Amino acid sequence: MFDTLLPYLLAGISVGGQYAMIAVGYTLVYGILRLINFAHGDIFTAAGFFMVYLAAAMPPALAIPLVIILTVALGFTVERVAYKPLRSAPRMSIMISAIGVSYLLQNLMWYLTGGLARQYPVLPGLGDSIQIGSASTKVVTLVTPVLTVALVVALVMLIKRTKIGMAMRAVSVDFETAQLMGIKINNVISFTFIIGSAMAAIGSLLYFTNYTAVTPTIGAMPGLKAFVAAVFGGIGSIPGAMIGALIIGICENLIKAAGLTMFSDAFTFALLIIVLLVRPTGLFGEKTTEKV
Amino acid sequence: MKKLIALVLAVMMLVPAFAMAENVIKIGVFEPSTGDNGAGGKQEILGIQYANSLKPTVNIGGEEYKVELVIEDNQSVNDKAVTAAASLVNAGVSVVLGSYGSGVCMAAGDTFAEAEVPAIGVSCTNPNVTALCDYYWRICFLDPFQGSVMANFAIQKGSTTAYVLNMQGEDYGSGLANYFVEAFKAAGGTVVGDKAATFPEGTSDFTAYINNAVNANCDVFFAPCSTTYAALIIDQAAAQGVKFPIMAGDTWENSAILSAAKGKEVEVYCSTFFDENDDAAAAAEFVKGFKEWLNADAGNLNNNGGNDIVAAVSALGFDAYNVALAAIEAAGSADSKAIAEALPGVTWDGVTGSIAFDEIGDARKDMAYIKYANPETGAFDFVKTQKVGE
Amino acid sequence: MKKKGNLRLILSLAVVALLYGAAVLVEHTSGSKSMVVTVLQKGAVYALIAVSMNLLNGFTGLFSLGQAGFMLIGAYSYAILTIPMAKRAAVYQYYDGGIVQFTIGLLPALLVAGVMAALFAALIGMPVLRLKGDYLAIATLGFAEIIRAFVQWDAIGPLTNGSNLLKTYPTLKTAMPGNTLLFTFLVVGVCIGLILLLINSTYGRAFKAIRDDEIAAEAMGINLFRHKQMAFVISSFFAGIGGALLAMYQGSLQANGFKSAMTYEILLIVVIGGMGSVSGSILASFLFIACSEWWLRFLDAETMIGNFQVPLLAPGFRMVAFSIVIMVVVLFFRKGIMGDRELWELGSRRQAKGGGRNK
Repeated sequence: MFDTLLPYLLAGISVGGQYAMIAVGYTLVYGILRLINFAHGDIFTAAGFFMVYLAAAMPPALAIPLVIILTVALGFTVERVAYKPLRSAPRMSIMISAIGVSYLLQNLMWYLTGGLARQYPVLPGLGDSIQIGSASTKVVTLVTPVLTVALVVALVMLIKRTKIGMAMRAVSVDFETAQLMGIKINNVISFTFIIGSAMAAIGSLLYFTNYTAVTPTIGAMPGLKAFVAAVFGGIGSIPGAMIGALIIGICENLIKAAGLTMFSDAFTFALLIIVLLVRPTGLFGEKTTEKV
Repeated sequence: MKKLIALVLAVMMLVPAFAMAENVIKIGVFEPSTGDNGAGGKQEILGIQYANSLKPTVNIGGEEYKVELVIEDNQSVNDKAVTAAASLVNAGVSVVLGSYGSGVCMAAGDTFAEAEVPAIGVSCTNPNVTALCDYYWRICFLDPFQGSVMANFAIQKGSTTAYVLNMQGEDYGSGLANYFVEAFKAAGGTVVGDKAATFPEGTSDFTAYINNAVNANCDVFFAPCSTTYAALIIDQAAAQGVKFPIMAGDTWENSAILSAAKGKEVEVYCSTFFDENDDAAAAAEFVKGFKEWLNADAGNLNNNGGNDIVAAVSALGFDAYNVALAAIEAAGSADSKAIAEALPGVTWDGVTGSIAFDEIGDARKDMAYIKYANPETGAFDFVKTQKVGE
Repeated sequence: MKKKGNLRLILSLAVVALLYGAAVLVEHTSGSKSMVVTVLQKGAVYALIAVSMNLLNGFTGLFSLGQAGFMLIGAYSYAILTIPMAKRAAVYQYYDGGIVQFTIGLLPALLVAGVMAALFAALIGMPVLRLKGDYLAIATLGFAEIIRAFVQWDAIGPLTNGSNLLKTYPTLKTAMPGNTLLFTFLVVGVCIGLILLLINSTYGRAFKAIRDDEIAAEAMGINLFRHKQMAFVISSFFAGIGGALLAMYQGSLQANGFKSAMTYEILLIVVIGGMGSVSGSILASFLFIACSEWWLRFLDAETMIGNFQVPLLAPGFRMVAFSIVIMVVVLFFRKGIMGDRELWELGSRRQAKGGGRNK
């Protein structure tokens, strides 16, 4: 029994960890701006394309940091151009702007890449096959959960122990008071987007090493699932987002194992609706101290 | 604002006026250059363009007409296909070539039928394309044929248990999968779950499906789907060290498959319309000329996926263009209705075999080429030709 | 005051009648295969869908992203009930002709399409409408996705044909041969007319009150949940009819087309037209469809002027240019074309401009 389930569990943990990387971006941004950043999934896709093109020109050791920098720059720009001007507007406007940015990014990537699937470069070490028990998988499957946990711990420390982390917490609790206390709101928000985008970039490295085709719309589904994970875990909570993502990743694969492949995506949304109705604060949403 | 719109409208009316200056007949190319089928669509367009470069004019009733290709992107999506088709009709094309996939053809069929513009399907293999539309013809074989060919091939290779997978909502894949399942079961094989499994659009993670196949001890994996997903399936199957062969239909004859399989331990087969190494003189000449034409232009080479491997769909595009010209000549008129009346009687010895239409509008074809994606050389090896009754 | 209102009404009706006349004229002069007619058809269908979404998002202040799901239900209900018996075997080729073995007329089928969508909305609305703001948005989006997956489920294939194409049902072109546009405009016009009547009724004012301030509205004695539910169900009813019309426009139907991207498109139309303006949504629909599928098509073609290759023009550039325009509207013209006003409220001088809708 375990032998049969092992490959599904491995795949679930791996994909869950990758969703978690994306979910961090959603949960941080929502915590501060109360904005569902619909463009986040597309920033994730863009990171995939950056790697495709950079890896063709330079060794991975150089390409990887550059991918992270470019993705961060993109996330930062999106915030400055599309969200900052709307800071005093109704929340619906800023959400519409997010949808608009997502539409624009997808069309732009479509145009620049010709819309065809691009083969993701093989990262040395990560893409190799290994044998675990009865299952054979890629090294990245094992690296993902470890890296995810490490990064999440690091992020939590950053938010709890550093000055900028304190500022982020303050802004998320009360926007205006934080401003009155001398916190430079715009810097804090930009910093949030920088962290979110960097995590998405790292997530994309892992995700696309596992699933090696990049297309302009490929980030939409992982993006939505990551958002559900963030809600499930309790929006604003980073460990919550991680646990939510892992649960979703595993459930998804178990549903496919049961042969109900058609409903693997629908399940995620059903989960979302149930969580929203039964416990809108999610698994860890109530500990407001952790809310960023 | 009003002035601007007026200006735009005026310009748009002038453009066709200029085009009418000489004897021109327009042929519409209804193909995806973006979307899931963008890669294959571009290769099909290349075949058509190459044919056009060889025969840029057509003789209608003693007068030479210049053939102008009007290329419209249907984005591989059914609802956009309707406007793309309308825009071709609006451009005044006499005959339409395309498309790559079946769904867009069925969506656009009514538009062509209503405008009485005949359409020649190039590589759309679903029976309903022609069965449900009087103005659609086609020059390739059909899914029932292709599905049973692959089922026969799998049985002959000694397979007894098949796992069949296709994308939900994709006509091409589900048609092919269904016919494969039917034929495979009829030949004494069993299919895991008794029918094809499906995956939702946008899926990247195929490990669970592959695990399902492994756990069911299947010895062949049949996955007709677009090349985007194919690359993922092959890569993940290789990572999981599967022992069974992976098979699919004509879409997989694509360099995306080769690059996915290259250097990995997988066995990938596909059926196709045409073989680059075909001995027949017409085919050999086409391959040679097409390669030269591709290599002469960097843009064309890029559209072909960056190499000069001749895809079957390019050969089909080439044939489709020639069939269209033959129909125009037979009709002796640039009028779309006259061409539609002449089409059923047209026969053509093409590079993908001889083409003649039956009463439904399908080409009578009875042979497919099976190819193997060689992971060492990164090229397709010809395996055998396969007929249904063998 | 009353008299002035009547005058306006008569004037408006006259303008509408004029537009319809123009539509018939356009179709008869340019032929039904012309691009103008195709674009006007799709524009009209989208106008109805956009107005139905506006009723919810713009007038009631409920940010719902489930429109594609309700359109899907409407489209399928319509198609399933109208595919001619003779063609069923071919369409339901994998399901032995399907289980629905009767057909009903075109107009009743349209009505059923709306009713089915409304029924589903009533069911979904009960739990979901208790959510606020963006949670409501994401929950309705989720429901739309679930509906889409469900319709494609193999087990109900005999009903929905699974994930395969539905075809051969009566389309816009066959509904009233020769007068495609008139038929489309009539159905859409009646539906939008009904929505306008609703908006100007007591209920409509209650909707607006909820949008402007929920707490105040409740204090005034408006039953929040009942009114939200009502707006949701009515909006879905018309979205269902809109979906059926879209299916009629396409001539073939597949669940796969009704993705969240479609909802986003409609939302953008509503924003461009102006949240809370029916005429804005109508104008924006025609503009949106005409721009994205017709006027900007030249941006997709690699063009040579003499020996000069025009830069940037390549397949896909059309959509980039288009989405940039949308971003500019979203960021700098947040009120859209009309804000929350209506064409007929702009005074008679601007009203004459209503004729622009057809051009």
